[in-house]
Amino acid sequence: MEIPYTVHNRPDTGIYNAKVGIWLFLASEVMLFGGLFSAYILLRVGAEPGMWPHGWLNVTLGTINTLLLALSAITTLLAWAACKVRDFTKFKIFHACTILLALTFLGIKSYEYHDKLIHYEIKLNNGTFADGHLVEKSADFDLAKKTGTVTLHGRIVEDEKELMDLRAPAAQSAKLDEVTIAAADIKKMGNYGPAHNTFTAIYFTLTGLHALHILGGTLVIFYLWGPGSRMWKTDPERFTNRIEVSGLFWHFVDLVWIFLFPVLYLT
Amino acid sequence: MSESEKPVSLQSYIRLCAVVFLVVLCTTSAMIATSFSHLGDGWTLKVAIILAIAVVNAFLVAGYLMHLLSEKKLIYTVLAFTVFFFIGLMGLTVWATNGFPPGTATH
Repeated sequence: MEIPYTVHNRPDTGIYNAKVGIWLFLASEVMLFGGLFSAYILLRVGAEPGMWPHGWLNVTLGTINTLLLALSAITTLLAWAACKVRDFTKFKIFHACTILLALTFLGIKSYEYHDKLIHYEIKLNNGTFADGHLVEKSADFDLAKKTGTVTLHGRIVEDEKELMDLRAPAAQSAKLDEVTIAAADIKKMGNYGPAHNTFTAIYFTLTGLHALHILGGTLVIFYLWGPGSRMWKTDPERFTNRIEVSGLFWHFVDLVWIFLFPVLYLT
Repeated sequence: MSESEKPVSLQSYIRLCAVVFLVVLCTTSAMIATSFSHLGDGWTLKVAIILAIAVVNAFLVAGYLMHLLSEKKLIYTVLAFTVFFFIGLMGLTVWATNGFPPGTATH
C-alpha cells in the first residue's frame, strides 16, 4: 500500500503529510518544555532569598555550545538546500558537519555534567561548609564508619549562602586550596548532582531532556546521512522531504537551547 | 507557496546563513555582556533584557531557518493554538507564584 502525500502536497492543506505531523509533534514538544520552564520559574521565585545559585555554570562552555548548535542548524538547512538543487555530495558534506557538531555539543555537555558530579559540598560538624572538586578519597574512606579522609580542591566557608553567588566579589577573590577533611568531621556530604538542590535538579532535568533530544536527532540525521540516503537514488523528492522534516526537529532543538542557555547560564 | 516548493539557490542560502550566524553571534555576545554588567541591584532588569534578546534569536531561527515567515495557513493555525496554550501555561505559572496554600511556609 502506498502512503499518500509523502511527496506531493495535499490539495486541502497545501503541504505534505509528514510536515503537518512534525509541526503537531513540535507543538506538543513546546508544551513539554514549557511545563519544565514553568517548574523552573516556580522553583526560582520560591527560593529563599540569597539561596538561588548564580555563576555555577561555565559560561564559556555554554557559549561554545550555543554557537555549535547554531552552526549545526545552519548546516542542516544547507543540507536540505543541497538536496533541493540535486547536489548529493554537498548534502553529504553538510550533514556530516551537523553530526560532528552535535557530537561535540554532547561531548561538552558530558564534560559539564562530570564537572558537577565531582564537585562536592561537605557540611562539617562545626557548622562550616567545605566546597570544591574532589581530589582524592583515602583508601579507608567510609562516611558511615567515619574512617579515612577526603581531599577537595576548594575552600571552607562559614555560611552556605557564600556558595550561592559565585559572581560576587568575595567568591571571585576567594583563594582555592587543597582541603583534607576527616570523615569523622563530616555531618553531610554530597556532590552537585540532581539531588543537591532545586537548581541542580531543574538544571539536570532540562539539559538532560534537551541532550536526549540532541541524541535522538543525531541518530535520525545519521540514519538519513548513511543507510537512509539510499532513497536518494529511488525517490529524491521524498528523501528531500525527510531531510526537511528532520531539519525542522533539529531547529526546534536549537530553539530550546536558545532559551536554556540564558535562563540557566546567564541569569 | 511554501518554502519547500520554491526554486532554491544554494548560494542565496549560504548568504542567508552567514547573516543569521553573525546576528546570533552578536546577540549571544549582547546577552553575555548584559549578564555581567551592573544594571541596578537585582536580576529583574537583566533577566528581562536577556530574555528579550533570546526572543530575537528565536525569531531568527524560527523565521528564517524553519521558514516560518513563508509557511502555509495550517502551520500558523497549529502554532496559534500552541502559543495560546503556552501563554496560558506561563500565565497560570506567574499567577501561582504568590499563591501559597494555607499553612505552608513562605519566604
